[in-house]
Amino acid sequence: MMKRIISKFTTYTILIIGALFILVPFIWMLSTSLKPYNEVLIMPPKFIPSKFMWENYRIALEAAPFKRYFLNSLFVTTMITMGEILTAILAAFAFSNLNFKGKDILFTVLMGTMMVPSEVLTIPNFVTLSKLKWIDTYKALIIPWCASIYSIFLLKQHFQSIPKELYYASKVDGCKDFKFLWTMIVPLSKPAIVTLTLLKVIGSWNSFMWPLIVTNSDKLRTLPVALSAFSNEVGTDYNILMAATNLIIIPIMILYIFLQKHIIVGISKSGIKG
Amino acid sequence: MKKLSKNKELKAFFYLLPALLIIVTFKIYPIIKSFTMAFYTDFDYLSGTVYERGLSNFQYVLTDSDFYLALKNTFFFVLGVVPLSIIISLGFALLLNSNIKCKNFFRSIYFLPFITSTVALSTIWRWIFNGEYGLANYLIGLFGIDKINWLTNPNLTIPILVLFTVWKYMGYKIIIFLAGLQNIDEKYYLSAKIDGANKWEIFKNITFPLLSPTLSFISITSIIDAFKIFDQVFVLYSGSTGPLKSGLTIVYYIFNKFYRHWQFSIAATAAFILFIIILIFTVIQLKISKRKTNY
Repeated sequence: MMKRIISKFTTYTILIIGALFILVPFIWMLSTSLKPYNEVLIMPPKFIPSKFMWENYRIALEAAPFKRYFLNSLFVTTMITMGEILTAILAAFAFSNLNFKGKDILFTVLMGTMMVPSEVLTIPNFVTLSKLKWIDTYKALIIPWCASIYSIFLLKQHFQSIPKELYYASKVDGCKDFKFLWTMIVPLSKPAIVTLTLLKVIGSWNSFMWPLIVTNSDKLRTLPVALSAFSNEVGTDYNILMAATNLIIIPIMILYIFLQKHIIVGISKSGIKG
Repeated sequence: MKKLSKNKELKAFFYLLPALLIIVTFKIYPIIKSFTMAFYTDFDYLSGTVYERGLSNFQYVLTDSDFYLALKNTFFFVLGVVPLSIIISLGFALLLNSNIKCKNFFRSIYFLPFITSTVALSTIWRWIFNGEYGLANYLIGLFGIDKINWLTNPNLTIPILVLFTVWKYMGYKIIIFLAGLQNIDEKYYLSAKIDGANKWEIFKNITFPLLSPTLSFISITSIIDAFKIFDQVFVLYSGSTGPLKSGLTIVYYIFNKFYRHWQFSIAATAAFILFIIILIFTVIQLKISKRKTNY
């Protein structure tokens, strides 16, 4: 009995230490973002500011056009997610329910290209975009990401698990494929689509290297690119910098608090990354 | 009959068109292109005219001391981050998999950094590692250790990147491990207990072998991801490659050649080499996972 209590106690201690290790940087960010300037650069640091300076967030918003960057991120993320889910639903339907010549070969080729990391494709894609005169436009930020082989693959798996009898019955009833896809298959695959959507939102919102490369002008910056630039300009105003940092974190955090089940279940089932 | 089958192809084509248009333009074409670009020694990227082809890009990259430095740094990073993050995540997953209250609560917390922007997190860690007023120096100060200039000491670059990456991705790995652990049939544990096996024996003889598909999945994806490290170095070191280039990684090398020096074909060559390295690990993964499904 004693041994069991000790073992329980150590387990919880380790779990709590782990949780603190994860949380302390977030707490430190939050605490710094609410400090008055004269409490930022002191040793030993104060975790609870003497006065909560919510104003820091207003100052951060005004220090750089963060509202604009926020809207850019929002717009780009929404478009990419919608585009990707739409193209994936259509293509997955073709692979799961239609028969056509070269289906298997095409699918194998697509799966094969998943091996190539996107970093390798950056340079030729940049050249393509320059030729199209898309560099420094929203198109460059959005369109290359509007299709994902992984999403097609995942949805295809789901669509295939829906009994074929449903499909044949609808054909007998004279239901067109397109209607069947949107009124039967899509609603039945909602959990998978929700998970894919959430992961795509997180991934696009946080994406950094691509927006950094394909945009030059200030107007088109997304939040991560803007924050990276801002952090080099801000000097020692760490309270303002942390407030700006929190602006990127909060939207995803809200999403996570309300929809974490979908995110975690989706990842544990498929092993996909955002 | 023939007409009917033609219709079928046409219909499938329309469903596939939007996805294929993008995939062919931005995925398949650049794969071919990145391979051929590595052999362009003189070309105008705007007009697309190639004046000269050859192997001199490979010669340049393979004799560039910066490239070897990038390889060395990346390898050290991979060697540090992969085993460490697997051991830590597996440990936490095992603890969470035992009879624990608030299991989901802990899991949600560990997962937090994974969904958060690497740029935002690196900005926070840069402040934590501030040489004068950072939290890290305060914490080691509690143990009587003198202040350290974390971000300007070249010997600390790779350890800092390892620490950051373990911290950011451990929640993801814990979730994958938990899914793997839950797939193990309870009856193996029961019969082991009846036979009087202790915890270590159970882990060694049941959990570990039955978890090996998950373990190989995690190892390979971690290795591949670790080889592509870039964002955190860029932000932690304010757009530089760290003190004495100690944070120059392969992707950073590609980025510099491409974005800062406009040497497109040199960058393409380095990217091609990165691809080969990653391909080797992907093939190993496919081999392992095939063997696993066979028995």
